[in-house]
Amino acid sequence: MDFNLTKSQKEIKKAAWEFAKGEFDKDLIIELSKKQEFPKKILKKAGELGFIGIHFPEAYDGGGMGLFENLIVGETFCTRDSTLGTALMLSGYGAECIFLFGDEPLKEKFLPPVIEGRVISTGAFLEPGLGYEIRKIHTTAVKNNGQWIISGKKTFVPFGETAGYYVVLCETDTNADPKADGMSMILVEAGTKGLSAKDMGDKLGGRMIPFADVAFEEVRVPESNLIGKPGKGYSQAQKFFDRNRIQIAGLALGTAQGAFDRALDYVKQREQFGKKLAQFQVTRHKIADMATKIAAARFTAYHAAWQFDNGEASSRQAAMAKMIATNSAMAVSDEAIQLLGGYGYMTEYEVEHFYRDAKQAEIFQGTPSALRDVIADEIIGKLK
Amino acid sequence: MEILQYTEEHQQFRKKVRAFVETEVTPYADQWEKDHIVSKEVWKKTGQAGFLCTWVPSEYGGMGKDFLYSVIVAEEMTRSNQTGLATMLHSDVVVPYIASFGSEEIKKKYLPGCVSGDIITAVAMTEPDAGSDLAGIRCTAEEEGDEVVLNGAKTFISNGINADLVIVAARDPAETNPYKAMSLYLVEDGTPGFKRGRHLDKMGFHSQDTAELFFTNCRIPKKNRLSEKGAGFIMLMQKLQQERLMTAIGAVAASELILEWTINFCKKTTDADGKPLSKYQANQFAIVEMLTEVKLARTFLNKLIAEHMAGEQVVIETSMAKYWTTELSKRLTQRCLDLYGDFGIMEACPVTRAFRDLRIMSIFAGTNEIMKGIAAKFMGL
Repeated sequence: MDFNLTKSQKEIKKAAWEFAKGEFDKDLIIELSKKQEFPKKILKKAGELGFIGIHFPEAYDGGGMGLFENLIVGETFCTRDSTLGTALMLSGYGAECIFLFGDEPLKEKFLPPVIEGRVISTGAFLEPGLGYEIRKIHTTAVKNNGQWIISGKKTFVPFGETAGYYVVLCETDTNADPKADGMSMILVEAGTKGLSAKDMGDKLGGRMIPFADVAFEEVRVPESNLIGKPGKGYSQAQKFFDRNRIQIAGLALGTAQGAFDRALDYVKQREQFGKKLAQFQVTRHKIADMATKIAAARFTAYHAAWQFDNGEASSRQAAMAKMIATNSAMAVSDEAIQLLGGYGYMTEYEVEHFYRDAKQAEIFQGTPSALRDVIADEIIGKLK
Repeated sequence: MEILQYTEEHQQFRKKVRAFVETEVTPYADQWEKDHIVSKEVWKKTGQAGFLCTWVPSEYGGMGKDFLYSVIVAEEMTRSNQTGLATMLHSDVVVPYIASFGSEEIKKKYLPGCVSGDIITAVAMTEPDAGSDLAGIRCTAEEEGDEVVLNGAKTFISNGINADLVIVAARDPAETNPYKAMSLYLVEDGTPGFKRGRHLDKMGFHSQDTAELFFTNCRIPKKNRLSEKGAGFIMLMQKLQQERLMTAIGAVAASELILEWTINFCKKTTDADGKPLSKYQANQFAIVEMLTEVKLARTFLNKLIAEHMAGEQVVIETSMAKYWTTELSKRLTQRCLDLYGDFGIMEACPVTRAFRDLRIMSIFAGTNEIMKGIAAKFMGL
């Protein structure tokens, strides 16, 4: 059992930090966040340097590494800036499904543009009024003359207006019993006739990832755009959610670390009542609590990523990682604001957006309550 | 059984305030949030309606009402989910300094305008290097003949842009004991040497104009000093209890409101199976736990209001209330958003704004750490 990062993992972390330090400009981040705009140029550079899709196979320009390395990149980026780091890393949201379930031609065509940072990919799973109960979706895809004809409405689609392509969960067999066995994942490229997206407005956090309502009105795509197996869309989505939750755990971990680092710097230099804040016992204990929460989150998230890379994946582990990491990010960024006092509430001191981003991470892809359901279901199972 | 004895007259007043807030405040909240400031007009409207400084005696243009009127306005204004029309700050935090410590001339000059809304007030204590540690302020006041010359910088000043009249805390550079050096001065908008700095960008309180203020050889008449020279700390000690109590009132009222919204949302929102969110056991327990805490807060708070009205020194309890209720309101925003699910990420969800707004309450009016320190000190620990 070795808890240390390998040499190559350490190098990745260092390179990601150097990149983020050089490219993540505070003023630009604040400006883009205000406008809810995506940092396209920075994504391109991150792609060129190999930070996007580091866990995708080398055959498609990926780094050929694991989920663990991808987590480290996300953690490091978010330590530098939670909003920008999250946006860059989630640009591969849809590509992940293609990587996991897609056939060769799909991978060849759709992975490299994302890996190179030229295209944002997304997934359209949720539907109005259903929450994460994607078992009940209404969007249908009907096969007709070598095409899928997709009709339905999706909501809370990340990058809904700017994505280059969408991975859409559709009902392809309305007679399936259970209903979940009649679902499939289908790829739809932006600009396809019948596809329209409407921005959902201002967000609390993750402001470089605007959400959109996306409508499909008899959208026709080639039959070959089926991702994975017909009828397996639901279980594929669950597998994707598990992996995505681990990724979000990494982003939240970085968010916690970034807020912590800023607070630590501040309390070491800020003086009140004739001494440094860091010389007050309660401040010291707050710092200790924050560091402890981060350590617990880091261990759980790293362990979960490692398990997924070593074929011991469980939904429970992913849910636990997301829950503890986002919860730590909330607690730590909250305390960071408190330690910075009035400055903590001001935009230019950054920790306030770490706090907002932490809350988005806590809710997105499964609220704590939804995650508890996942964990309990796996531990307890079905009782008669 | 009610702790606070609201009369029929109070109830009627509450109805009037609520109606006013619904028609004159809430509909403009979104625009003010975008503008990062409220119009001066709405201050005047509020004053003309009789909702500013309700306690000011009639000889200065007020209604001479009891503290419950202040409580009512504070609670009802909270329902607008905006913070820019900071009536509580003006009516119950800043103006009391003028009424308690201003000369007769000063009171006659300024109080009627404070009541009518023609004069918007602010108080400038915090400085870049003096937040919790007020004794560390550097802004200086040097008396020269009939004038006082102010020099220094203030920051995080609420109503900073809109203010027509600012109470400035400044120290006499000749006095070495910081607790005897501070005095409070009234500075009018437009006084030469008084300039606004940046209108500060922050996480929440977007409709509130928080600003930096700069004083450079700013000359004001000596009679604009409140009370005796060097009495700044004594005045603060007398008035901070009410400021902290007002903060607790705001926190509890906000907690009640966001919980009311959340409960309604959970009742009317159904999941994929058509089951209301409020029918899930975990959600029910969450709501019950939150409402329990809010009710505890309300009971504690109302008792404190009664004691404050009776003129009792309740420094310990007020410090506790300020700390605990602001933590509560913050915790509720965090927890309620989870119940909203993904909608809780969107600004269209009302609790999202509250999440951003209420976070400052554990920091302003004395951080919660300062509150615990005060309570510990007064408890003789």
